[in-house]
Amino acid sequence: MKYVDEYRDGRLARALAKKIALAAQPDKSYRFMEFCGGHTHAIARYGLEDLLPANIRLIHGPGCPVCVLPIGRMDDAIKLAQRPGITLCTYADLMRVPGSDGQSLIKAKAAGADVRMVYSTLDALRIAQEEPRRQVVFFAIGFETTTPPTAMALIEAQKLGLKNFFAFCNHVLTPAAIQALVGSPESAASVPIDGFVGPAHVSTVIGTKPYHAFAENYRKAVVIAGFEPLDVMQAVLMLVRQINEGRHEVENEYIRAVTVDGNRKAQDFVARVFEVRDSFEWRGLGQVPFSALKLREEFAAFDAEKVFDIHTVAAKDNPACECGEILRGVKKPVDCKLFGTLCTPETPMGSCMVSSEGSCAAHWTYGRFRDAAPKQRQAS
Amino acid sequence: MTAPRLRSRKLDVKNGRVDLSHGSGGRAMAQLIADIFHDSFANDLLAQGNDQAVFDIPAGRMAMTTDGYVVSPLFFPGGDIGSLAVHGTVNDLAMSGAKPLYLSASFILEEGFPLADLQRIARSMGAAAREAGVKIVTGDTKVVERGKADGVFISTAGVGLVPDGVELSGDRARPGDAILVSGTLGDHGVAIMSSRENLQFETQIVSDSAALHGLTGAMVAACGNDLRLMRDPTRGGLAATLNEIAHQSGVGIRIEEDALPIRPEVAAACELLGLDPLFVANEGKLVAFSSPEAAEKLLSVMHSHPLGRDAALIGHVVADENHFVQMTTSFGGGRIVDWLSGEQLPRIC
Repeated sequence: MKYVDEYRDGRLARALAKKIALAAQPDKSYRFMEFCGGHTHAIARYGLEDLLPANIRLIHGPGCPVCVLPIGRMDDAIKLAQRPGITLCTYADLMRVPGSDGQSLIKAKAAGADVRMVYSTLDALRIAQEEPRRQVVFFAIGFETTTPPTAMALIEAQKLGLKNFFAFCNHVLTPAAIQALVGSPESAASVPIDGFVGPAHVSTVIGTKPYHAFAENYRKAVVIAGFEPLDVMQAVLMLVRQINEGRHEVENEYIRAVTVDGNRKAQDFVARVFEVRDSFEWRGLGQVPFSALKLREEFAAFDAEKVFDIHTVAAKDNPACECGEILRGVKKPVDCKLFGTLCTPETPMGSCMVSSEGSCAAHWTYGRFRDAAPKQRQAS
Repeated sequence: MTAPRLRSRKLDVKNGRVDLSHGSGGRAMAQLIADIFHDSFANDLLAQGNDQAVFDIPAGRMAMTTDGYVVSPLFFPGGDIGSLAVHGTVNDLAMSGAKPLYLSASFILEEGFPLADLQRIARSMGAAAREAGVKIVTGDTKVVERGKADGVFISTAGVGLVPDGVELSGDRARPGDAILVSGTLGDHGVAIMSSRENLQFETQIVSDSAALHGLTGAMVAACGNDLRLMRDPTRGGLAATLNEIAHQSGVGIRIEEDALPIRPEVAAACELLGLDPLFVANEGKLVAFSSPEAAEKLLSVMHSHPLGRDAALIGHVVADENHFVQMTTSFGGGRIVDWLSGEQLPRIC
C-alpha cells in the first residue's frame, strides 16, 4: 500500500531502534508522553515498546476523545436519545460507552430509542434533510481534527435553513489539556515528563505554533509526529536527542502533513461556529479551564444544549478506578485493582478502558502478555 | 357439461412482490414454492413434495449443522445471501472432514419483497448447491408484515458423512503444531462493506464466498490424523478463530504478521475504515492445524487446489497457560491478538 508501507517498514524500524539505543545514555532515564490515542494505538499495535531500551518509558496520555468524555455528558446523550421525536446520530465508538446507571446508547437503541451510527457529520445532515419530521441531533465529540467537519455541517444547515438539525457539542482542545497535565497542582505529584510526542492529525489543523509557549514555559521537549509506527520511533529518537542536548523545543517530525500555521480554512470555519468554554470536565483529569468549545450565539438554534435544555450533572467514576493516576503516568494499568478483573474492554469501568485508543484498553488488548498475568486476569 | 378447468394465473416474477398470502398456506404459497424454489433447487427428493425428505444413509458417522443468514446488502460483489447460505452451511460440515450431502432452507420473507429478487436468490442457491454437489431437499416459507424483517432471512441446516477414522476437533491442537490458512484474509467483510450504501468506495474486492469441501477432502485424504482440526474464520475473523482454538485446546498460539496473506486492496480498505484484517470475516477460507511433520505436505496439497492457491504457514502452537494468541509484528515487536471487542461490522453473513 503506497504511502503507508513506507512508514511501516520493519527493517527501517530495527535500524531506528539501534540508533535510539545508541543515543539513549545509560545513566539517564527518559519519560515521554504520547498525548494522542492514535500514537498509543500504534505503539501497542506494533509492539514498539519491545524495540526501545529499558530506560525509555512511554506514558500514554489522555488524547482519546471517547475516553475523556465525562460520564455526565454520556448520560445527557442517552437521555436525549430516549426523548420521543429525537434521532441521535453518533460515531460507533460511543455506542457501548456506559453512562452512570449502566445505560448506554446501544441499550437505549435496543429499548426503542432512535440511535443511528454515522460515519460523518454529513450523514447526520442528510438524515435531517430526508426526515424533516425527526429532530436530528449529532453527538459531536473529538479534538481539533473532528471539529471542522462539525462546523461545516452547522454552516451548511444554516444555509439550508434546516430547523431539525442540532449538534450536542463536546469538542475539546488539545493544548489546554497538555498544559493541564504538566501545570496542574496534581502534576506536582506526578512522574515528571521529559517530553511529548505531539499530536498528528490535530496538528495538521492547528499547526505547530500553539505548542511553542508551552514548550518554553514548562521547559518540555515536543516532537509532533505522524501516527505511523516509524513516525513514533523517529519522534522518540528526536526527543532523546533534545533531552541529551538540554533543548526544549517544538520539532516537527510530521512535515509531510503539518505546517507552522496549520489549516487556516478549517480554523476559520471553527471560529465562525464555536467559542471557547470557560471550563469543561475531562474524564480522568477533572475540570480543565478553557479546554472545550461551545456553539456561538449565532448558532443557538442548532445548539442541542440550549434547544433541549440540557444541564449536565457530573457523575463520578468508580472510586477504585485509577484512570487519573494512569493518565498522569503515576500508575500503570496493571497497578489498578479493576484492570482485567471488573474492568475490561467489554465492561469498561474507567475512561482508559472505554475506547481501543485508551491506555488500559491498548495494554489489555495488545500488551498484557508482558505482565506476569495471574490466572484470574484472563479473558473469560 | 365439463367443469371449467382451474386456471391459475402465472406468478408475475418480473413485477410481483411477496404478499401475506404467500405465507398463508394457500394456493399462492404453493405457487411460490413451485415456481421459485422447486424450479431453482430441482432434485428428486424435493420433487416428492413431502414435508420432510427421506433418504438412506450408509453406516458410519454423520455431521450436522445449522446456520442463519441476515447479510445486508442481500447482493454483494462475489455473491448474494443465497450462495452465501449454501457455502456457509457446506463449510461448517466440511470443517469436520465430512462430505456434505443434504441441506434444508427456511425463508423468512418480508411483505413487499420483489419476487424477481427472490428468484435471483433462489437460483443462486440452486447453482451453488449443484456446484457443491449437495441437494436442498426440504424447506419452509414464512411471510412477515412489512417492517418486521429486512427483505429475506434464510436459515439452513445441513448433514454430511464423516469418513471412517477422521477425528477433527477444536481441542486437538498441541504445542509444536503448525497453523496454516488457505488464502487471503478479510475479502468477504471488505466486499460487504464496499457495497453498503453509506460507504461506497470503488474497489475490485469480491467476496471469497466458496464451498471448501473439495479442498478439505484433499487435505483429509493426504494427511489423515496428522491434520488436527480445521475451522472457517467467519465472523470475528482469524483472531476469533485462533482464540477459540487456544481456549478449546488449552494452548497458546504464536503467529507472524509478515506471514499473513492479505491483499493490498483489502489492507488499504481496512486502513481507510479503521478495521484490522485479522478481525474481518471470511466466507471461503479455512484455518488448519497439523502436526509439525505434516505441515509441509499439507501446505503443498493446499497449494495444488484452486481454493488453497495462496495458502500460507502463519504460525505455531505453544504451551501457554494463559492461552494467549500472540503475534510478532512486522517490526519485530510482540502483541496480543485478542478477541474482537464489540461488533466491528454488523450483518456480514
